[in-house]
Amino acid sequence: MCIFAAKFFIIMSNHIRLRRGLNIPLKGNALNQITKTISSDILAVKPADFKSLNPKLLVKEGDAVKAGTPVMADKKNLEIVFCSPTSGIVTQIVRGEKRKLLEIRIQSDTKNEYRHIVTPNFRSASRKELIDTLLTSGLWPTIKQRPYGIIPNPEIEPKAIFISGFDSSPLAPDIDFALKAEYESVQIGIDILNMLTKGGIHLSLHAQNYVSSPFHKLEKVINHSFDGPHPVGNVGVQIHNIDPVNKGEIIWTVDLYSVAAIGKLFTKGIYDVRKLIAITGPRVKRPSYVECLPGMCMTDIKEYALTKGETMIEKMPIRYVSGNILTGDNVGPNGYLGFYHNQITLLSEGNYHEMFGWIKPIRHNKFSFSHSYFSWLSPKKRYSMDTNLNGGERAFVMTGVYEKVLPMDIYPMHLFKAILAEDIDKMEALGIYEIIEEDVALCEYVCPSKTDIQEIVSKGIELMIKEMS
Amino acid sequence: MKAIRNLLDNIKPTFSNGGKLSFLHSAFDAFESFLFVPNTVTRKGVHVRDSIDLKRSMMLVIIALVPTIIFGMWNAGYQHNLSVGGTLDLWGMFWFGFLKVLPLILVSYVVGLGIEIAAAQIRGHEVNEGYFVSGILIPLIMPVDVPLWILALAVAFAVLVGKEVFGGTGMNIWNPALLARAFVFFAYPSKISGDTIWIAGLTKGEGVIDGFSGATALANAKAGTPVPSFYDMFMGFEPGSVGETSTLAILIGAALLLYTGIASWKIMFSTFAGGFLVALLLNALSPGPDSYMAMPAWNHMVMGGFAFGAVFMATDPVTGSQTEKGKWIYGFLIGAMAIIIRVFNPGYPEGMMLSILLLNTFAPLIDHYVVEANIKRRLKRVVINK
Repeated sequence: MCIFAAKFFIIMSNHIRLRRGLNIPLKGNALNQITKTISSDILAVKPADFKSLNPKLLVKEGDAVKAGTPVMADKKNLEIVFCSPTSGIVTQIVRGEKRKLLEIRIQSDTKNEYRHIVTPNFRSASRKELIDTLLTSGLWPTIKQRPYGIIPNPEIEPKAIFISGFDSSPLAPDIDFALKAEYESVQIGIDILNMLTKGGIHLSLHAQNYVSSPFHKLEKVINHSFDGPHPVGNVGVQIHNIDPVNKGEIIWTVDLYSVAAIGKLFTKGIYDVRKLIAITGPRVKRPSYVECLPGMCMTDIKEYALTKGETMIEKMPIRYVSGNILTGDNVGPNGYLGFYHNQITLLSEGNYHEMFGWIKPIRHNKFSFSHSYFSWLSPKKRYSMDTNLNGGERAFVMTGVYEKVLPMDIYPMHLFKAILAEDIDKMEALGIYEIIEEDVALCEYVCPSKTDIQEIVSKGIELMIKEMS
Repeated sequence: MKAIRNLLDNIKPTFSNGGKLSFLHSAFDAFESFLFVPNTVTRKGVHVRDSIDLKRSMMLVIIALVPTIIFGMWNAGYQHNLSVGGTLDLWGMFWFGFLKVLPLILVSYVVGLGIEIAAAQIRGHEVNEGYFVSGILIPLIMPVDVPLWILALAVAFAVLVGKEVFGGTGMNIWNPALLARAFVFFAYPSKISGDTIWIAGLTKGEGVIDGFSGATALANAKAGTPVPSFYDMFMGFEPGSVGETSTLAILIGAALLLYTGIASWKIMFSTFAGGFLVALLLNALSPGPDSYMAMPAWNHMVMGGFAFGAVFMATDPVTGSQTEKGKWIYGFLIGAMAIIIRVFNPGYPEGMMLSILLLNTFAPLIDHYVVEANIKRRLKRVVINK
C-alpha cells in the first residue's frame, strides 16, 4: 500500500531522476535520537561564514546583548545585520592579520533573554514590511541568492525561491527527523516567503521518503521529487534540473531549518535559531543529534570524540569539521559551529606514510570511486576515512572524471580552465552562474590530480562579483 | 619498512631547501613518494580525498602493457631464431629478446626521466608520473634494432620539444611517445622503414638463411605480396615494432584499462569502429582482388600498430579529446584516417602514428565545437524564458 502510494505521489509531482554522482560511504551516520541539549558557555559569530562579506562591527567588548541583538552589519548594505544567537556579554573581538574581523565571542548568561522584534501580521503585511522585518530580525542572511551563493540584495525581487527538503551530503542530518516538531513553523515560513516572489516556491524532496516526509503536505509550494546519489540534495543541482539560472536572473535559496526560524520569528517575535544538528563521523562515540545554537563551541561536544581508537588511523589526532566532509570548515577542537552548518563531522587526521600504498592492489579501509581498487565490490561497506590527500598534486591529466559526479549540463573541466584563465566571457558562457562551491565538491573529491576545485570556483565567483558590479 | 622510513627522514633535510643537496630536491621527492604515500593532509576544500592518484592511474597503464612487453621480448627472439634458422627453445628466445629490448627500455627511462627530473627541479614542481608511461611506450613502438643513440635523441626530442616547452605533463599537444617515433621516422627514415630493421641482427645479415624476408605484414600488403594469416597476425607471430605485433596481448591490456576505467572505452571502441567501417567501405569500392583496397577489414585491425595505437596511444587523456561527445568523433576519425593513410599513401606503409598525431592536433577543435554546442544550448534557454 505504502509503495503504491509512493508511486502515486511521484507520478503526481514532478519527478527527476539523476544518475551521476556519488554517495561517499563514510562511517558514523547519526542515529535518530537526541542525546544532549547544549547550553554553551561561549558562542561566536564569524564573518567568514558569510561569503564575500565585508563586516562592520556594531558592538564592543563588554557590551551586553540579547538573543537577536545585532552584532555586526554588511558594510555594503547596513540594513543587513547579523545577530547574537544568545543573551550575554561580548567578551572578545578576535582579529587576524590586517585587523581582519575573525570572531565576535559572546559569553552566555543562562537567562536566554530575547530581544523582542515587532512583527506585522504576516497574512496582511506588504512585501516591503515582511522584508524589513526579516532584515531587522537578523534572519535575512539565512537567504542566499543564485548566482554566487551570497546574501541577496533586498531590493531585487527573485525569479523564484528554491528549497531543498533533504540533504544528501555525506552523513548529512535527516531533515525529516531534525525538523519533526517544526512543521507548523515551516508552513508559516513558507507562507511568508511566498509573498516575496511571484515565481513561487519550489520544494524538492527525496523520492525514497517522499511520502514519509512530513513536508510533502506543505501548502503553497511547487513539489518536486528527486532520486539519485549526492549531489542530488544540493539546491543548485535541483535548480539546474528544474529551471536553470540564466544571465541576469536572480533566484533565492533557503534551507528548511531557516524557514522554520522565519516562521518562529513571525509567530513569537523572537530570533530563535536553536536547532537539532547531527554529530557524525568515524571518530564519534555515539553519532546522534544534539540541540544547540549556531556558533556553539566544539568543546561542548568533546565527550562525543572517540579519542582512543583501535587501529593506527583511529589513534591519530581528530579533525573537527563544522559541516560535512565536502564543504565544511576545519575549525579545530576549540572552534565554533558555522552559521549555516547543521552537522559536525569528526574524523582522523591522515598524517601518516604508507609504504607502496599507491600500487598495492588491496588496501584495507581505502575507498575509491574508480575501479582501480576493489572497494566497488562491497557497496555496503562503510569506511573510517581520514584526511590524507592520498597522493600528490598534479596538473590536469585524466578526463571524463568530473562529469561522472556532476549531474548538470555543464563541461566542468572547460569551466574550471576558463576560471583559471580569468576569461569572464567564457565563464559566463560555460555556466558559472549555475554552480557554487558545494556543487563541485565531489569533483574535487574524485580528482586524481588532487586539484583544489572549490577554491578555483570560489575565485571565479569573486571575480564575477567584482567585474559585474 | 620502519628502518627505511627513518633513513628517509634522516636524510630529508639534506635535500630540502637550504640543504647541501637541495638541487636534487625533486629527485628525492620522486623517490620518496615512490616508496611511501606522502603524509600530506587536505588543507582546504574537501576534507577527504579519493584513494586514487595519478601515480596509481599511470602504473595501471604500465601493468596493462606487461603482456605486450613479455610477448614483444619473446617475439624478438622468435623472429631472430627464424631468420638464422636457429634452434632456440622458448626460454632461449625470450632471453635473447629480453637482452635486446631491455637496453631500449633503460635508455628511454634514463634519458627521459633525467630530463623530467631536471625540468621539475627548475620549475619547483613534483616529478609528474606521465613519463613512466611514455618511457615504456617508446621502446614498444620502435624496431628492435634501432640504434640506442638514435633512441636517446628521439626521447630527448619528445620530452623537451613535445612536452616541456608546453609546460610539462598535462600541457602537451601531441602524444610524446608518438613524437619520439615521428622524430626517428623523419630524421632517420632508413632506421625505421624497410625489410631488415624489424628483426634483431637482420640488418647486419650475419648467418641469415637465404631468401629470408623480414618484411612486415604492412610492407607485404603494400607490395601486393601475401600477408601472414589472420591467426598469426592476431597472435603476433610476425615482424614489427617491439610491442605492436600481438593483438591478443594488447587486448589483455585493453581489458585491464577498460575494467579500471583508466582509458576511455569510447575512444577505444570508436577507433576500431572507424577503422573497420572505412576498411569495409574500401572493400566495397575495390577495383579488384589484387588491390590493397580489397584487404579484408578484419586484417587491418590486427596488422601493424592499429590495435596498439587504438588501445594505448589514442586513449591518452592529455592529447585526446576531453569531452565525452568529442571522444566518439576523435576515435572514429583516428581509425578512419589510419586506414586511409595505409591504403592510399605511397610512401609509408603504416598510418596509425600519423593519424593519431593528426587527430591530436585537431582534438581541441573537436572539443571546441562540442563545447560551443553547450554554450548555444545555454543561450537558447534565455531566449525561451524571455
